[in-house]
Order: sequence, then C-alpha cells, then structure tokens
Amino acid sequence: MGAEGQHIQYLISGITLGSIYALIALALVVTFNITGIFNLAIGEFVTIGTLSAVTLRSAGCPDVPAFVLAVLIAGVIAATMERAAIYPARKASILTLIIITIGVAIALRGAALLIWGTHPYPLPPFVDTAPIALWGAVIIPQMLFVLGLAVVAVMLLFAFFDLTYAGKAVRAAMINRNAARLVGINPARLSLLAFVFSGMLAALAGIFIAPITTATYDMGFMLGLKGFVAAILGGVTNVKGAIVGGLLLGIIEAFAIGMLSSGMKDGIAMMVMIIVLLICPTGIMGLRIYNKRTGSWMVWLRQKVGTGSR
Amino acid sequence: MASAKSRYWIALILVVVCVPLFVKSNYVLSILIVIGLYAIIVQGLGLLMGYAGQVSFGQAAFYGLGAYTAAILATKCDWPPVLCVLVAPFLPALVALIIGRPILRLREHYLVLATLGFGILAFAAFNESIALTGGPSGLTGIPYLSIGPLVLDNDRSYYYVVWGVLGLVILAVANLTGSPIGRAFKAIHASEQAAQSAGIDTALLKLQAFVFSAFLAGLAGGLYAFWVTFVGPSPFGFTASIEFVLMAVVGGLGTLWGPVLGSAIIVGLAEFLRWGVPILLPKVGGEFEIVFFGIIFVLIMLLRPQGILAPGRPSGMSGVAVKEEKCSG
Repeated sequence: MGAEGQHIQYLISGITLGSIYALIALALVVTFNITGIFNLAIGEFVTIGTLSAVTLRSAGCPDVPAFVLAVLIAGVIAATMERAAIYPARKASILTLIIITIGVAIALRGAALLIWGTHPYPLPPFVDTAPIALWGAVIIPQMLFVLGLAVVAVMLLFAFFDLTYAGKAVRAAMINRNAARLVGINPARLSLLAFVFSGMLAALAGIFIAPITTATYDMGFMLGLKGFVAAILGGVTNVKGAIVGGLLLGIIEAFAIGMLSSGMKDGIAMMVMIIVLLICPTGIMGLRIYNKRTGSWMVWLRQKVGTGSR
Repeated sequence: MASAKSRYWIALILVVVCVPLFVKSNYVLSILIVIGLYAIIVQGLGLLMGYAGQVSFGQAAFYGLGAYTAAILATKCDWPPVLCVLVAPFLPALVALIIGRPILRLREHYLVLATLGFGILAFAAFNESIALTGGPSGLTGIPYLSIGPLVLDNDRSYYYVVWGVLGLVILAVANLTGSPIGRAFKAIHASEQAAQSAGIDTALLKLQAFVFSAFLAGLAGGLYAFWVTFVGPSPFGFTASIEFVLMAVVGGLGTLWGPVLGSAIIVGLAEFLRWGVPILLPKVGGEFEIVFFGIIFVLIMLLRPQGILAPGRPSGMSGVAVKEEKCSG
C-alpha cells in the first residue's frame, strides 16, 4: 500500500468512526439544548443497546427485529433514567445534575458487567461481502452501513425538526426554553423525549459500529467521551456543529494514530478537547472568517436549527 | 467557647491516636490509611469546590503525578524517602499553576469536561511513558519511608504518619478558611462578579485554590507511593477522580470535616459492597458491585444534594448566596 493509499485509508476509517462520534454528539447536543443537562451516561446507552442486540441475536432473533428491540430497550432505560433520576432533580444545581448522570452511568456499567461479564462479544457484519479495494485503500462494507446510518439519521432528524409539529416544538425549546414554555410547550415532556431520543440514537450508533470494533461492557465509555469532544468541537449547542465536529474528530484521530502512535489513541481526543476549550471555547462554529466584500468578520457556519426556516 | 473547642479537638486527637490500639486487623488499618490519604486529597478539592466554587474532575492526575514523582526520585535518583515525600507535591502544584489560569476561565460543564480531559490525558501519559513510569506494569522497588533509623514498614506506623499529615492539613485548612483569604473564597463562591467588584482578584484566588488542591493531592500521592512501595497507573484513572468529587460532595462542601466523613463513607461503602454483594449474589464475578455504588450516589444526590455535614440549601456551582460575608481580600 502506497503512502497515498494509506492516507485514503486513514481518511475513510476517520470518517467512519467520526460518523459514530457525530451521532453521539448529536444525541448530546439535542438533549443539552432542551434540558440544559450534559448526559454523561450517554456512553452506557451505546453499550446496552449493542449488547442487547448481541444477546437477542444469539437467542435466535433475526437481525432487524433484534436491532429494533435493542434500540427500544435502550429507549425504555433512558426514559426510566429521566423519570427516576433527572426529573426529580431538575431544579438542583448543575454539579448535582452532573453527578447524578455520572451515578446513573456507573450503575448502568455495573449492570452491564453483571449481565454480560467482561469478555468481548463479536457482532457479525450486516452483509457478508468481501472488502472493497479503492485507490489503494480497503473499505469494509460495514463502513458503508455506518455512513448510511449517519446520513439517514441526520436527514430524518432535520425532517422531524422541519416538518412535524413536535419537531417545531423541540426547535422552539432549543432556541428559548422559557419562551417555549410560555406558548404552552410542556418542558417536562420534552425532557423525557430528549433523553429517550438520545438513548436510542446512541444505541443505534453502537449497533452499527460493533461489527467493526467489538462489543464489551465498557465500549460505551470512550465512545461517549468522544461524543462530548465532538460536541464541544462543534460548539455544544449547535446541531450542525456536532456533525462537523464528529467527523473532524474522527479524521484527526485516524491520522494521529496512523502517523504517531496508537498508544495515545484516547489522549489525542482529550488533547483536541482541551485545546478547543482553551483557545476557542465556542468551537469551530464560533470561528470567524473575513468577508472581503462587506469588509467585516463573519461567523463561519451560522447557528441554525433545522434545514429550512421561514 | 475556646476551651470547649479545644476539648473537642483533644477528644478527636485521642480517638485517632487510640484506634490502632484496639484495631488488630491489618485489613482495617489499611482501609483507615486509604481513608486518610483520600481525606487529604478531598480537603484540597473541598476547598476548591466549597470555597472557591470551582470543580475539578482531574484530581487523580495530581495524585498520580505526586506518586510517580516520589517513586521516580526514590528509585532512579536514590533520594532519601522523606525528602521525596516533601518534594513530590511541588510538581503537581507546578502543573496546576501552568494549566490553572486558562482552565479556570471556563465554567460549569466546560470546566468539568476540561478537567476530566486533563485527567484522562494524564492517565494515558502514565501508561505510555514507559521509560519513566514503567507503563502499565508500574514502578517497583520503592523503599519504605524511613526517618533516620526508624523504618515505617508496617500499617500501624504508617497509619500515624498519614493521619498525622491529615491533622496538619485540616489545621491549615481551618486557619485558611477563617482568614481574609477564606472569606474572599466564599465571596467568589457566592458571586464572582460581586467579589470582583469588591476588589478581589478572583482569578488569582481561584488559581491559588487550584494549586493548593493539586499540592495536597500530590502530597497524598507521595505518601501512597511509600506505603504500597509500588506505583502503577490503575489507582489514578478517571474513576478515582470521580470518586474524589463524590467524597467532597457527599461529606458536605464548605465544611471542615466533610472531606474526612465523605472519604470514610465512600471507601467504607466500596469495601462493604465488595464484601457483602458476593454473599447475596455468589455466582457472578467482576466488580459489578458498582451498580449499587451508582444507585446510592444518585439517591444521595436526590435526597441530600448539599452533602451530609453542610446545613440548609444545596451548594454547588449554582452560586447559592452566602449572606453575611464581607471581604477585604
């Protein structure tokens, strides 16, 4: 494999992993915008969804129903988490809420350990096709599924925001929580919806990436953390930013691991996060570019929720 | 008033001194030592959180940095152990001084994630810089702590060292929080803008609290290295950082004894679960008892978010008013 092929390989695996980071970041950003809470337990939903799918499959359930059921299980657990732990403390301080989500994460990780133990579970790829060679790089077919998931999920999400009444209510709450409440949007129901949505999206992301990595009880921890890094990279409150941030993080990581060392794999993401927080805490979406025509600095990517607006 | 207070102190000191006379089991003594070490760290963190109103989810990094500094000085440079323990806290403090100013500009979630990221980065560095730290297999051959001919090679004597140091730390924190600096800290906690407008250099004070907390974590790290005489990366990971924050919160922020109580509760709870859960569920292996750990934290946060010793309203990063304090900082 030539140097060029290798770079294309890095790029492809970066985009694949980056799509997963982007989906998790998306789940985080939507929840954060609606509830003001960073759900530090997000990674555990990746784990629970994936391992449930593995178990359902080995119990004889066909692929697609197993995946749907696993995502629903994650949704139910997310709903339980919101009602039992987040809703009663919704007026508490931010530190309290952060510790609550960490407590839930610890409990869920313990539960995963109790049910599935420490050994890794393989999840076979969705289709049994040979890898595709492209410009000296190798594409595993599963990577295409991951990319497809990311594209479909993002399109569906934006369609939901734009075309449905519930989506418009969510957008209103994301823009201004108090004003949304004044026009009769129920924040408690939206908070529940946000947690269920993010739990299900995280589970889906895990199920799609598991054939490439493997499924273990602690797989979600680092994925969740990198979702955070992606969200921060994208400016925390910005839906589009989360997607760009996820892809960017995946690509940076793939190149850094390929060209430097694999030992610092998790360190690289953290370094990216700290650098972004220190230099440009609003993320890449806060970057400004100089517009020659108007002679002024403009925000590079405008913050907007949804695709079309009126 | 003063005599009542000093009587209370003498009683406490007597209890701490007498405990090893009644406790014969080395297991219990080692748990008490761990509680003492963690209480030293949590005193610093409690000052940072309860007084300066900042949070750090990266204290385990400073703890590890102190432990590795002490271990490397003792094994590779052959420094005398006592000197190592005394020097070790200065490296974490220096690191805190360098990273403190930019990091402490951040607030709320950003501060949580930045310190958490720093902790994970440090953990990766402990694992990866094999030439210096021995990587995952760690550093062995650390001598026991010795002062002249006196070698502290058993848990009983080490208990006195750790709790003696903890006593000094508590004394220092008590003096600090009663001083103008302590009142300035409380003012920052209540409202940073108000403190600033009263002429307090809030950035400097926050940095001082951060450096002090790193120093204490490093001190505990150095003591840890000479107690177990082996330093590997595993006690300095992300989980430890979270546990330190939990200890500080559970005990009660802004209280002198909260950190000690919080450390005792969390360490005691972990040991109890490790012992009790396998009796209830004998068939399963692994450290799944953390499931109960997580549930208990959530319950404590829901039922008593201000911690056990702190009175009244919950305090945290929300900036709950501390009414009567005026500052001359």
